[in-house]
Amino acid sequence: MSAADTTTPATLPPPRQAPPPGGTRQPRGKRTSGGAGTPWLLLAPCLVILALVMGYPLVRLVTLSFQKFGQSQLWGFQPAESVGFDNFTEVLGDGEFWQVVLRTIVFAAGSVIFTMVLGMLVALLLQRVSGWVKTLINIALVASWGMPVIVATTVFKWLFDADYGILNALLSRLPGVDLIGHNWFASGPEGLAVIMLLVIWGAVPFVVITLSAGLTQVPKELEEAARLDGAGAWGVFRYVTLPILKPIIVMLTTLSVIWDMGVFPQVFVMRNGHPEAEFQLLTTYSYDRAFVVNDYAQGSAIALITVVLLLGVVAVYMRQMLKIGDVE
Amino acid sequence: MNSMSGMSGTSAIATGGRRGSGSRLGWNLLGLLVFVVAGFPVYWMLNTAFKPAKDAIDPDPSLLPTGLTLSNFSRALDIADFWGPVGRSLVVSLSVVAIGIVVGMLAALAISRFAFRGRKIVIVGILAVQMVPLVAMIIPVFLLLNDLKQYDKLTGIIITYLTFILPFTVWTLRGFIVNIPKELEEAAMVDGCSRTGAFIRVVFPLLAPGMVATSVYGFIQAWNEYLYALMLLSQEHQTATVWLGNFTTKHGTEYAPMMAGATMMAVPIVVLFLFVQRKMAAGLTAGAVKG
Repeated sequence: MSAADTTTPATLPPPRQAPPPGGTRQPRGKRTSGGAGTPWLLLAPCLVILALVMGYPLVRLVTLSFQKFGQSQLWGFQPAESVGFDNFTEVLGDGEFWQVVLRTIVFAAGSVIFTMVLGMLVALLLQRVSGWVKTLINIALVASWGMPVIVATTVFKWLFDADYGILNALLSRLPGVDLIGHNWFASGPEGLAVIMLLVIWGAVPFVVITLSAGLTQVPKELEEAARLDGAGAWGVFRYVTLPILKPIIVMLTTLSVIWDMGVFPQVFVMRNGHPEAEFQLLTTYSYDRAFVVNDYAQGSAIALITVVLLLGVVAVYMRQMLKIGDVE
Repeated sequence: MNSMSGMSGTSAIATGGRRGSGSRLGWNLLGLLVFVVAGFPVYWMLNTAFKPAKDAIDPDPSLLPTGLTLSNFSRALDIADFWGPVGRSLVVSLSVVAIGIVVGMLAALAISRFAFRGRKIVIVGILAVQMVPLVAMIIPVFLLLNDLKQYDKLTGIIITYLTFILPFTVWTLRGFIVNIPKELEEAAMVDGCSRTGAFIRVVFPLLAPGMVATSVYGFIQAWNEYLYALMLLSQEHQTATVWLGNFTTKHGTEYAPMMAGATMMAVPIVVLFLFVQRKMAAGLTAGAVKG
C-alpha cells in the first residue's frame, strides 16, 4: 500500500548547492506512509533510554541548582532543601566566576578560530601537493585524529616537560634561546596556550578531511568561469569556493565551539587532576565546585549556566542541520 | 612562478591552481612541513616508548631513535595491572555499541523513512542532547548512579555511556540511510516485497558498511571516554584510559613507560580508526553540501 501512495516520480533530485529559498518549514511530501504507530514503536526504545540517561539527569541538574546540596545531602543525613536562586546569585556575584567565563570564552574562541583557519589552509594545500605528499599528510592527520584524547594529552605533557621535554631542548638549540628547565605551566596563560595547541592539533584533522570532501564538490567549471571573468585567486576563493562550502563551515564552526567550550580532560590531566585557579575553565570550575568543594548544587548551577551560554551556538548548528535534514 | 614566492598568504595558496612544476615544489615543501608538524607528537611518542629509559631523560635528546628496547613496555605493564582495565574497557565499549546500534538503528529508520507528526521534534531532541557537554551532566549522573546503587559498577557506566553513543549512532545511521535512494525500496515493494522484506533485502545490505563504520566509531568513542570512567568507577575498577594516569605519582612521572603505555592504548585505536575514517567523514557530514 505504501508504494502506491508515493506520488513523486522516481527520479533522484540533483544534489543542491544552495539551500532552498524561503522557510524551512514547508511540509515534506508524503514519504512513505506506514501505520501512524510504526515510527513511534521504532523510536520507543531509544526515547526511553534517552529519557532515563539524559532527560532525568538534565532535570536533576536544573532542580539541583535550586537546592542546597552538599555532602550531608549526598549521604542522606539531611534532605535537600530548596534555596531558590541562592546558588545563582552566589555564583554570579563571585568575581572569580566571571574571570573563568572570560577565560573560557577566550580559550574556546582561540581554539575554534585557529582550528578553522588552519584546517581551511591545509585543505586548500592538499589540493595542490603531489599525491605522495597528500598521502603523507593524510596519514599524519588520521593518526592525530584517531589518538585518544588522554593519550594525546599525556604525549603533549611529555613534549612540554620542563626538564626533559623535546620542545625545550629543540628551542634551546636556536641561538640565544635557553629554555631548558622552562616550566610552561608556571603561568596560566602560557599553560592554557599549550593546552589550546593540543586541542587544535586534535581538532584540525576532522576539519581538513571534511573540508577536503567539500572542496571536491566545488564545480571546476564555476572556478574556471570566475577566472575567465577576471577573478584572482582570492576572488575565486571568496566568491566561488567559500559560498559553496558555507554550510559545511557553519556546521564545523558550531560543532567546534560546542566541543571547545566543553574541553575538560585536557586541562584536568595536564594539571594532574588539580587545575590551579589560573587554569580553570567553566567545565573544570563546575567539577571543582561539585567534587572538590563538595557543593554539588553550585557545581550544577555553573554547569547549567555553561549550557545556557552554549544555547545560541547550538541553535545555529541545529538550524543548519535541520535544513539539511529537510531537503534530502 | 617562483616556488618560494608562492608560499605566503591565502591568496598565494589559491594561485597554485596553475600547476607549474616550480610552484608544485613549493607546495610540496609546505606540505611536508605540515606532515612533520602534525605527525611529530605521534613520532615522539613512539620514539620515547622504544628508547632505553635513560635516553629518555637526556637533557639534549637525539631526534632519531637511539636504540630499540621493549623494557618500557614491561615496566608499563608492571606499574599497574593493564589487562584488567583493558578487559573492562572492552566489556563496556562492546556492550554500549551493541545496545546503541540496535536501538539506534530502529530510531534512525523511524526518522529517516517515515513521515509522522512530531518527527521534527524528535530530530531536534536527538540533535540537542548531543550538544550538552558531558561535563555538565556528570554531577546529576553521579547522583543518579549513587541512588540506583550503580556507582562503581560496569552496568552503571554502560548505561551512562549511552548518553553520548546513542544520539550519535542515531544521527550517523540516519545520514547513511538517507543516502540510500528510497526508490530502490519502492521498486522492491512494487515487485511484491513487504516493507520489512524490502528493508532486509535491499536497504540492509547497502547499509551494512555504514553500520560497521558507526559501530567502530562508537566503540572508539566509548573506549576513549575519560571523565565518566574516572568519576564513576573506583581505582580497582578503572578502565584503560584511566589506567594511563598511573604513571604520574607524587614522586614525578615515569615518561618512558608512560609513552609505552600510551602507545599500547593508541595503536589499536588508530588502526581501527584508519579503517573507518573515510566512511565516517562522509557520514558525519552527509548531505552537508546538498544544502
